[in-house]
Amino acid sequence: MNIHRLSKLERERFDFAVIAGWIPAGERVLDLGCGDGHLLRYLSETKGIQGYGVEISPQSVLECVRNGINVLQIDIEGGLSGFEDRSFDHVIISQALQAIHATERILGEMLRVADEAVVSFPNFAYRANREAVAEGHMPVSPDLPYAWYDTPNVRFFTIVDFEALCDRLGIEIRGKLAFDETGQRVADDPNLNGSLAFYRLGRKSG
Amino acid sequence: MSEENSIGIVTPQRFCSSAPIRLKSGVTLPGFELVYETYGTLNPSRSNAVLVCHALSGNHHLAGVYAGKPDDIGWWDNLIGPGKPLDTRRFFVVGVNNLGGCYGSTGPLSINPENGKRYGADFPIVMIEDWVLAQARLADYLGIETWAAVIGGSLGGMQAIEWAMRFPDRLRHVMAIASAPKLSAQNIAFNEVARQAILSDPNFHGGHYAEYGVVPSSGLRLARMIGHITYLSDSQMGDKFGRQLHRGEYQFSYDVDFKVESYLRHQGNKFSAFFDANTYLITTKALDYFDPAFDFGGDLSVALARAKADFLIVSFTTDWRFSPTRSREIVFALMKNRQRVSYANIDCDSGHDSFLLDDPRYHAILRAYLENIGI
Repeated sequence: MNIHRLSKLERERFDFAVIAGWIPAGERVLDLGCGDGHLLRYLSETKGIQGYGVEISPQSVLECVRNGINVLQIDIEGGLSGFEDRSFDHVIISQALQAIHATERILGEMLRVADEAVVSFPNFAYRANREAVAEGHMPVSPDLPYAWYDTPNVRFFTIVDFEALCDRLGIEIRGKLAFDETGQRVADDPNLNGSLAFYRLGRKSG
Repeated sequence: MSEENSIGIVTPQRFCSSAPIRLKSGVTLPGFELVYETYGTLNPSRSNAVLVCHALSGNHHLAGVYAGKPDDIGWWDNLIGPGKPLDTRRFFVVGVNNLGGCYGSTGPLSINPENGKRYGADFPIVMIEDWVLAQARLADYLGIETWAAVIGGSLGGMQAIEWAMRFPDRLRHVMAIASAPKLSAQNIAFNEVARQAILSDPNFHGGHYAEYGVVPSSGLRLARMIGHITYLSDSQMGDKFGRQLHRGEYQFSYDVDFKVESYLRHQGNKFSAFFDANTYLITTKALDYFDPAFDFGGDLSVALARAKADFLIVSFTTDWRFSPTRSREIVFALMKNRQRVSYANIDCDSGHDSFLLDDPRYHAILRAYLENIGI
């Protein structure tokens, strides 16, 4: 197989573009697990959003301050107390949901503080990950770049698992996209062929 | 503290405001004087001035040393100087002793022009709003229309926040560290114990102790001891003193047994030798009374809505005097208004006093924020 693997920067830009596609201009955006703040900066530059990032890592908080991003050093494991109901248009959690223990609580909290949530996560059922496990190893890939002993990830789930949880929590899936490792959009059997999944979520009405 | 990037020898200056100042309590002072220090150079566009506000026992001597007194180092010297996070090669930094202080600004030790005696207990209660008003007069005098930033720790942070609400167009950034939007009942309780220690000292004489040639040093000493406990964290005291004994064995007396007792007595003695008891009383009242949300139905975000500055809020994980939760009240109020705010909660073992230390992660945040301030 001759697969063009995306560079870190290309991957970042690609992720950002997918998320930006769901964020209307000028919105109020909260980015949970915002890292160095580059997504917020991108959304601010391309969409004119007004945003805040939340991070727990001291190094990431420092980088956000350097990048001129509004960053709040708050541990979101305990929820989003202090954030008012529907105080944001969109709340984003970009490849950080798998690093949080309290999955159900954070999903509920996200849809409390914002009208819509955008979630992206690595799909553990992606073909290459299945193959790694079949060969007797935990998968390491561009979307799961950590060895099992130093991974910040604490929740390991698949596209199918995630949709089942959304259904159980009364969360409406308003949009979904899956991509393989080359950044190609996957339509056929995303749970097998998708390495990275993106969801647009809302509260079920009524 | 590295000497090579010290600001060096500094000299306090004096600003005299001859115009009356009406205090929030309703009392009018006919005029006042403030002692202050400056470091660095005010640039031609006057856009690089930073005001540093002091906390309960602080003063105008922020950085550097006095001629012939190499040990008299400014209280925030680890932060302020050439190449330091608050870089005096770039910023013009101003430190001021607040109204009611005891380091040379008009206060209880000053002579009351009405009777030629020291004010003592007759000095009016001053509030944080009054301090900021007096600081604004100094800014006028120095030709500073807009501060690049107003910075403070603890009570100093409250002044920085007050600046943003009172003079929204006169500052671009607020850096409030280990601060709170108002005191809690527990905070006020500690202040009240400190005040009672002073007020019940036989040498207090209703605050006119100067006329008797004495000072209520035992009351002031107790006040400082109780205050000092609240500045430190339990774990830090445990690490520093534990149950270590001062003389290696129990004394079976009320003299010093444990090292922590010796430490507190030392801190109390040191403080009571130079600080004025009336200033201490006034300052604790200024703390107690500060409550900017009060006039807005208790809604801090409404009070802060006037502010135009960007905010950096910093707290310390082991600070229980003004805990991180208190800082987050400010953060969430600002966020509700969609104001620009960043918040760092520094993992530091040293409790409230962490704001005075040079913890590398703490100073890195301040440096990064200050470097992004355009001048």
